[in-house]
Amino acid sequence: MNAPSVDYTAVAPMLAVFVAALVAVLVEAFAPRAQRFIIQVFLATVSIATALIFVVYLATQDTSKTTAGGAVVIDGPALFLQGTILVLALMAVLTMADEASPESSAFTAQASAVPGSVDEARASRLGLVQTEIYPLILFSLVGMLLFPASNDLLTMFIALEVLSLPLYLLCGMARRRRLLSQEASLKYFLLGAFSSAFFLFGAALLYGFAGSVRLSAIAAAIADGGGTTAASAVVGKDGLLLMGIGLLAVGLLFKVGAVPFQSWTPDVYQGAPTPVTGFMAACTKVAAFGALLRIAYVAIPGVRWDWQPVIWVIAALTMLVGSIIAIVQADVKRMLAYSSIAHAGFILVGLLAMDRAGIGAVLFYLAAYGFTTIGAFALVTMVRTSTPDGGVGGEATHLSQWQGLGKRSPWLAAIFTLFLLAFAGIPLTSGFTSKFAVFSAAADQAPWGPGLVVVGVAASAIAVFFYIRVIVLMYFNDSVGDAVTVTRPGALTTLAVGVGVVATIGLGILPSAALGLANSSSVFLP
Amino acid sequence: MTLISAAEPGVYQAAEGTVQSGAWLLVALPALGAAILLVGGRKTDKWGHWLGVVMSWAAFVWGALLFFSLLGADAEERAIHLHLFTWIQAGTFQLDAGLLVDQLSIAFVLLVTFVGSLIHVYSVAYMEHDPDRRRFFAYLNLFVASMLLLVLADSYLLMFVGWEGVGLASYLLIGFWNHNPAYATAAKKAFIVNRVGDVGLSLAIMAMFAAFGSVSFTDVFANADSASENKLTVIGLLLLVGACGKSAQFPLQSWLGDAMAGPTPVSALIHAATMVTAGVYLVVRSGPVYIGAPDAQLVVVIVGAITLVYGAIVGCAKDDIKKALAASTMSQIGYMMLAAGLGPVGAAFAIFHLLTHGFFKAGMFLGAGSVMHGMNDSVNMRTFGRLSGVMKITWVTFGLGWLAIIGFPLLSGFWSKDKIIEAAFIGEGWRPWVFGLTAMLAAGITAFYMSRLFFMTFQGKEKRWNDDAHPHESPALMTVPMMILAIGSAFLGLALGVTNGLVHWLEPVTGAHGEEEPVLSVPVITGATLVLVAVGVALAWRMYWQASVPVTAPRGSLLTRAARHDLFQDDINEGLFMRPGQYLTRALVFVDNRGVDGAVRGLAALIGGLGGRLRLLQTGLVRSYAASMLAGVVILLGGMLAVRL
Amino acid sequence: MEGLETYLIVATVIAAGVLLFAGAMGAARALRPQVCSAEKSLTYESGVDAEGSGWAQSQIRYYLYAFLYLIFAVDAVYLFPWVTVVKDLGWATLGEMGVFLGVIAIGLIHAIRRGVLRWI
Repeated sequence: MNAPSVDYTAVAPMLAVFVAALVAVLVEAFAPRAQRFIIQVFLATVSIATALIFVVYLATQDTSKTTAGGAVVIDGPALFLQGTILVLALMAVLTMADEASPESSAFTAQASAVPGSVDEARASRLGLVQTEIYPLILFSLVGMLLFPASNDLLTMFIALEVLSLPLYLLCGMARRRRLLSQEASLKYFLLGAFSSAFFLFGAALLYGFAGSVRLSAIAAAIADGGGTTAASAVVGKDGLLLMGIGLLAVGLLFKVGAVPFQSWTPDVYQGAPTPVTGFMAACTKVAAFGALLRIAYVAIPGVRWDWQPVIWVIAALTMLVGSIIAIVQADVKRMLAYSSIAHAGFILVGLLAMDRAGIGAVLFYLAAYGFTTIGAFALVTMVRTSTPDGGVGGEATHLSQWQGLGKRSPWLAAIFTLFLLAFAGIPLTSGFTSKFAVFSAAADQAPWGPGLVVVGVAASAIAVFFYIRVIVLMYFNDSVGDAVTVTRPGALTTLAVGVGVVATIGLGILPSAALGLANSSSVFLP
Repeated sequence: MTLISAAEPGVYQAAEGTVQSGAWLLVALPALGAAILLVGGRKTDKWGHWLGVVMSWAAFVWGALLFFSLLGADAEERAIHLHLFTWIQAGTFQLDAGLLVDQLSIAFVLLVTFVGSLIHVYSVAYMEHDPDRRRFFAYLNLFVASMLLLVLADSYLLMFVGWEGVGLASYLLIGFWNHNPAYATAAKKAFIVNRVGDVGLSLAIMAMFAAFGSVSFTDVFANADSASENKLTVIGLLLLVGACGKSAQFPLQSWLGDAMAGPTPVSALIHAATMVTAGVYLVVRSGPVYIGAPDAQLVVVIVGAITLVYGAIVGCAKDDIKKALAASTMSQIGYMMLAAGLGPVGAAFAIFHLLTHGFFKAGMFLGAGSVMHGMNDSVNMRTFGRLSGVMKITWVTFGLGWLAIIGFPLLSGFWSKDKIIEAAFIGEGWRPWVFGLTAMLAAGITAFYMSRLFFMTFQGKEKRWNDDAHPHESPALMTVPMMILAIGSAFLGLALGVTNGLVHWLEPVTGAHGEEEPVLSVPVITGATLVLVAVGVALAWRMYWQASVPVTAPRGSLLTRAARHDLFQDDINEGLFMRPGQYLTRALVFVDNRGVDGAVRGLAALIGGLGGRLRLLQTGLVRSYAASMLAGVVILLGGMLAVRL
Repeated sequence: MEGLETYLIVATVIAAGVLLFAGAMGAARALRPQVCSAEKSLTYESGVDAEGSGWAQSQIRYYLYAFLYLIFAVDAVYLFPWVTVVKDLGWATLGEMGVFLGVIAIGLIHAIRRGVLRWI
């Protein structure tokens, strides 16, 4: 019996973040309170940057390989997605770390204190700064990096849990409206556990079918029509295969927020601290779609005629439901949540293409969408209510509070408009390029492709209404007195938003390089 | 897959020589001007407006050079394609950006740059006392650049970029004096109605992409021959929605009257001569699509005819000189739309009328601006009268425009409009009679309302000036452009019409057609039209020159009152789209409707009603979420198994 | 749907059970007279009046002990199979197991520093 060998270079990005996360836990335990913030932010940014360097190095090496006994695979899509996740995570950490004062922070001083209790009052009087979020972010990041790189269903499940559990906690850490935040956290946890169970059940059924949890083995089993082990010599286990695929899909579709597994999204997005929402919306989506891509393209392409119609319906429903419900939302964060649901539908369209163009389009879409999303949520953190004594209150997320922002804060309104236009897919923004890429990949796929593209186009047209509605609110309506202030962003948030703006415009006007990178990264190692 | 392939060899010539390969300068020069003025800020206040003027003229000079280089080429080689850059290229996915300079686009280039440059000059004086003159010129330059991109684009997608650009410039300029809430509301209305059109156009582009796999003119037109009629009809109708929004055609016409809130040079350039005709350009350019879709063509003609009459009726009742001109613009574009919808028979005349209209309508708007300049910015024609004595140049130039639009023999309108009326009489069955007679009758109404406007302003029994009005002639910077435009109004039709030069020039684009005869003989049509025009003028002469005009408007007949209110367009919009949508929404969910008003909101509210119903599923209870997920799982698994069975 | 026939029996049994229940309840409902009163809709609590709602809150603190127990339990579950093969796998795995235990230890140290293990 041989212990599986591990190629430590190949997993270096994950290791870098993981080690930093462990150190961060020790920092929480031993470092003096006053210095924790600095150390944690330093640790988080440096480790993410290091991991990014490793990813770039691996990408230049141009060798796809599996390691850790075949449990982890490092190939084009995995590296592209890891790189994307790391960049987005870096932006998210920047927006989290930018706290002018503890009062304006998005995070509660002490998460364990009961809302409204004496403990809570004491913690905020002492001006405590929440630093536990950084190790949690890093742990979650490890899961996200592993998720699209996992080569068997068990590794994938572990990655899923590692990325999810810290997120559940992070969702409950909002400084204001804490009950709402904790409710979101609990909901996310319960429903997440529910969906994880489906994933695990699906993995078990697929093991029953193929006699292995390795993705390539499942593909091989499908290819020779029923299993490779002795036990699977029993013919006709299609039931196991199809139900397994279906249940596996449920777990993953839950994470990306596809209809009908989207119900958690608006509540959680609204309740969670806004920088965490941005992190979730961007990075989780990238990671989960990475896993979905790998399963669809590596494990089960052989039976695609069976699952494509179902995913077709889900993609169409997701686009339509997300776009339609978004229209009646009166809260910016909820609106962005439904928008993210609709975008999940658009990405599913690309996933369905089942060719290299489809993979490239999805990879590009994920990156483009991530940049815009983190930027948009970073802007949401800046619009605050004013307290009677002239101080800065909580976030003003009701749409009526955004009226007239165009006059009072032209920069913020202009940049938010840019992001909304990108979400809407207006030409010369990244959103247009990415929508075009997924639609063109799907349009080629007869006979179902054009129909889905038509649904997608109709959904985009509906979506334009609510994006434009916010723009109209910001520019054409008079503002509602002094109830809302726009805080001056610190250098870190400015940097994150700036990256978002540059990426949104850059990927819209000159997307060739990024599209080329996505396309050249679009080969899965079978 | 190729989205927009380079032009097929043999269809378009590649650009040769400095002039042709520098065609991108047409767009780049004004864009550069706009950029310098916007980025430079207050520092450029002193000389900014002259920079704008120079950039616009430079574009015109380049356009003229380009025109002569085309003129020198053989008739078959006059369409040149200039590949600019590969917009998006990755693997098999390719999207090119390029310019298409052909007979149609060069005609637009000359119109836009020439009239645009004249209006730039005029604005230097007109906006002299405005503190934001530099910003105004930046927007004007931005408009010229976008409009040129719109007409020069070689694909629907690039055209859409220009389309949005002119929309943006138009919106910025309508709301230029946005300290006045009414003006800001007008800008908002234009913005929203145009979005409806834009959605139509973008859906058309997507539909083309789905149907043909490409959105370049070359590929779409090449594939249009073999495409099914249904596909082409859908695309044609969606394109028409876009055209209606931009060109203020029924039922999306409501914004144009309000858009008159912008400074008058803007009304002249954007809302009379160029931007609002983009819809006609779109329909003519998409000729091959419409040829395969007779139903869509018929709808275009009907829309044109309705707008033609609508604008004419509204024009008869307006006392606001700019709004009366706006109604007239709407009506004249109705003529062009009608002609464009007739296919090869009328398309060239649509463009012909578009060019002459660009001159005489811009000239009249500038004249109106000159009048306002002298009359303390009053726009109420009931307070004008007998201005011919004090504003001689304005009177003469405006008079030439007036004669041109009513189709006075040998002046521009006579050549272009009569051709459209003749073309409308071509065909079989009921159509030529309905559309021909409509077009002819509208010519009479046009003569009436334009004469009414002219007599109320410059002629009449008495002066009805406000006490503080001291009318005077405008400075030379304003009158010279008016004179040049007046000369154009008078003789452009003669120059292009007598030899049928323009029609032959455009033939490669609009398509050739046989020698169809109208159902009535041409002299009869011309004669009848002239009689109707004469009746219209005589009627106006009796009512507004011989009789005295009350300073406060009389209550008027039901039709007059209806026309004054734009035939209740806003109320209809509200009643038809907004109200039911709102009621539905309110009934279904308790959505507050304070956001955006207008028709679009109603449409959104209709969908919103659906959204509200779906929203009821979002109870906030984790148990019902889990239940809905479980239901989803069951359905998904059922679906998976059902597919297999 | 080959291969799933064996489940047909299970499905039949379930269907029969549901039918039996629904039939019995339906028959009873059809036959019995229905007189509703507030008394009747009370929860049956062995003759004692029901008090309060069915929901009760419990101290979240106990979960911490549950979690810590879980850490050690999973820890052990993982260690036992490893022990049986450690000889074959060699010294390297000892180090790797050390890493695994170290990671758990870090969590434990953090818990101790936060005062989680102090008995209240």
